[in-house]
Amino acid sequence: MLLVPFAAVLDPALYAHDHPRIAGIPFFVWYQFAWVLLAAGITGVVYLLRYRER
Amino acid sequence: MEIAVFVFLFALITAVGLFAGRWRAGDLSQLDEWALGGRRFGSFVTWFLQGGSIYTTYAFIAIPALVYGSGAIGFFALAYLIVAYPVAFVCLPPLWRVSHERGHVTVSDFVKERFSSTTLATLVALTGIVATLPYLALQVYGIQVSIAELGVPVEVSLTLAFVILAGITYVSGLRSAALIAIVKDVLIWITVLVAVIYIPIRLGGYSHVFAQIGPAKRNLHPSEFAGYSTLALGSGLALFLYPHTITGSLSSSSDRVIERNCVFLPLYTIMLGLLAILGYMAIVAGVHPTAAYGDNSVIPALFQKMFPPAFAGFALAAISIGALVPASIMAIAAGNLFSRNIYRELVTHPPSPATETRISKLTSLTVKIGAVAFILAVPSTYVVNFQLAGGVWILQTLPAAFLALFCPWLDRLATIVGWVAGMALGTYLLVDTSFQSSTYAFDVLGIRARLFIGLVALGVNLAVVLTGSALSSLLGGRRRRPLTAQGPTASPT
Repeated sequence: MLLVPFAAVLDPALYAHDHPRIAGIPFFVWYQFAWVLLAAGITGVVYLLRYRER
Repeated sequence: MEIAVFVFLFALITAVGLFAGRWRAGDLSQLDEWALGGRRFGSFVTWFLQGGSIYTTYAFIAIPALVYGSGAIGFFALAYLIVAYPVAFVCLPPLWRVSHERGHVTVSDFVKERFSSTTLATLVALTGIVATLPYLALQVYGIQVSIAELGVPVEVSLTLAFVILAGITYVSGLRSAALIAIVKDVLIWITVLVAVIYIPIRLGGYSHVFAQIGPAKRNLHPSEFAGYSTLALGSGLALFLYPHTITGSLSSSSDRVIERNCVFLPLYTIMLGLLAILGYMAIVAGVHPTAAYGDNSVIPALFQKMFPPAFAGFALAAISIGALVPASIMAIAAGNLFSRNIYRELVTHPPSPATETRISKLTSLTVKIGAVAFILAVPSTYVVNFQLAGGVWILQTLPAAFLALFCPWLDRLATIVGWVAGMALGTYLLVDTSFQSSTYAFDVLGIRARLFIGLVALGVNLAVVLTGSALSSLLGGRRRRPLTAQGPTASPT
């Protein structure tokens, strides 16, 4: 699961686009902002799963 | 007015730093106490401390300058921090557990015991110190750029900033860095939030800002893709190998604190992204970089131009204090490496804990004097370039520091030879670009692509380490007892 963020951001061809925009912010920029939060969320889920098992 | 606010804030943090020695007081002549704050920092303090050691002048000055000068490539900083935390989440907790159980203060302590090799430990320690020095110099440079924007004579104010930094670090150690980190964060967050709301309002909104930026700077060119992703991956792997980020982690009170922080630290990454966008705003606002500091002066110049004087003073003080915290942690980390892993090996009798702490303190002081001298003597463009070189070098310690945690079969000799190969190739390629770039044009399967030098060197390094280790176990090399913590939280998941 922790590998998902790697797949999401390590190939810029996936997201080096201008559109769609949100509030005038290019896709390239807001996609990466979104992944900062998503990646932190994934780490959080892994953390919870790890300690629930105990 | 600007200067008054600036001076007031600096006086405030000096008082905080000197007071810090009494906070949760321990015996400051012990290295654990001075250098790791007694390993008692909980989630809250560790969050500030790690935030203070990861998000540095590099984020406040160099990244926005890169966006201002070169455009979208500067956003690799977001991608690299996105991948850095999963790496930290996997590697740092096991390192913390071993270090806690065996009393390691530096990563070289771990390497020395894991490989039973003083040579490898010394190599890792030297790499750490050499990679940290330009990073530390970059922090001092950040303070210099901010002060210069206020129009104060640079030599005088730099000396003053240095005395403050050296004084509080020497007296209170990591505790002062931790307390100042809290104050610094309040100042920085206020500055960034005001900047990303107030400046776009004055410039006509975000869509207007982005509309003013040409497509070439607003987006990556396909030829930049390979450089972007290798820089992001390489920097992401390197981030938590730096002695100062490891010091921040080892000072926490448990491995779970580190894991939780990997979830919450990315909040700072949002801040870094917002700062990167300020690089675009500087273009739209028509800020002109100064001749002396080039693109690196655009953020201080933007604040100076857009904010009322009192708040500009506040913002510039925030950036300077934001550089003091990592500078202090870096100096402490370099001091520890020297006293534990170099000085100790040079003397015949193991030094007493008190002597060790004294050597650490003196080294951290020397390192800071070195950084200021470096800044005053060397042209500023080199400061940033040597910092990039530091990233290439520190990455070569990955097999010894991280891989060794998970692979009990890693061979000592193979790891040493891998390090030599990685360092040699990395340095050769850096020299070939005259230290002007951290990427290098390679021909891969007929396609010409610019790749991050550090990652290429790490590839060669890993190839040597893995082949060598495989050969050694085939030839019946001694199997090594894996060095992992035995405590109740240590069971693998």
